[in-house]
Amino acid sequence: MKSRHKKLLAIGLAVAGLGIIAALVLNAFQSNLVFFFSPTQVAAGEAPSGRAFRIGGLVESGSLKREADGLTVHFVVTDTAKTIPVTYKGILPDLFKEGKGTVAEGSLGTDGVFTATQVLAKHDENYMPPEAAHALEQAQKAQATVVQQ
Amino acid sequence: MSINWYKFSAPASFYGLAGRLAPWFAWAAALLTVVGLYLGFFVAPTDFQQGEAYRVIFIHVPAAWMSMFIYLVMAAWAAIGLAFNTRLSFMMARALAPTGAMFTFVALWTGAFWGKPMWGAWWVWDARLTSELILLFLYVGIMALWAAIDDPRRGDKAGALLALIGAINVPIIYFSVQWWNTLHQGSSIKPTGSSMDEVMLAGMLIMAFAAWFYTAAVAFVRVRRIILERERHTEWVKHVLESA
Repeated sequence: MKSRHKKLLAIGLAVAGLGIIAALVLNAFQSNLVFFFSPTQVAAGEAPSGRAFRIGGLVESGSLKREADGLTVHFVVTDTAKTIPVTYKGILPDLFKEGKGTVAEGSLGTDGVFTATQVLAKHDENYMPPEAAHALEQAQKAQATVVQQ
Repeated sequence: MSINWYKFSAPASFYGLAGRLAPWFAWAAALLTVVGLYLGFFVAPTDFQQGEAYRVIFIHVPAAWMSMFIYLVMAAWAAIGLAFNTRLSFMMARALAPTGAMFTFVALWTGAFWGKPMWGAWWVWDARLTSELILLFLYVGIMALWAAIDDPRRGDKAGALLALIGAINVPIIYFSVQWWNTLHQGSSIKPTGSSMDEVMLAGMLIMAFAAWFYTAAVAFVRVRRIILERERHTEWVKHVLESA
């Protein structure tokens, strides 16, 4: 084996070693690296207690209610298994919609209501024109009626 | 046809090759940019959720891809340089770094402008955004290290080492949206296909190719400067400078 091939092998091994170290470190800090907790994780007690954290999931359809002051909103965050009711006073981002993803930062009260200080919209990876989205929706509805029958 | 690759590993012969290739790559980049931007801003349809604001992806995604790709190429040159002690490899690594840093900055900056109206925040400390910011710091750190060491050969090796260590960050950026809960959306292009409209996808891919050609053109121009500077005591450089 030539010396330069040895060197290349040594570099390769060093990089692989670093990769393993990085993987272990990231694995150890797994809980600090997640941006938000799902309602199921919160129900299981995985969310930090005593300090602010973020919850993420879908805004349950039909759950969004606005108070008379026009700023305070109530909605329910769901991951289809568990749900958390949220109260927030402030301006919602453009993409915030029922049935779409959201991430809210705040704290969980003893009454089980999450009081948010910031609400963000979580966008998905689907990009299409409105007509295509409409067609897709129609197709899904048709599919649903077939299943029901 | 056999090409003598070893010939071009000599800075003196690569200087000429890079000079001949650079204009072709620059023209290809310009042409693709015009086509890509036209597709992106005039042909591609409006998005069903984001309206017109989604059009930032025609800059944001190619810039973000290139920021990671250039880093990997730079780290590969660094590894080759360290293993085979070839001067030109280190010069290529040095030539690529500023463009990589620029694309990283563009990705972060356009992302912030998109994030404010769409997410409701300029910046969040989620895994994707944070690891991309670390990438910018890596680029800047490597360039600073190169600039701080006066002896070019020693500087080459120190910077190359840092570049190699930092390469760990690239897969972390790429897979962050799969490994952890992030605010940043997942990848639209998966092995199973894409979840994007075809025209949108075409515009984005063309812009990515444009960014690739631009990177190559700029790197060739930059590496020529580095070669001239490093080899200024040799006869051939004196020859080049006299005839210019």
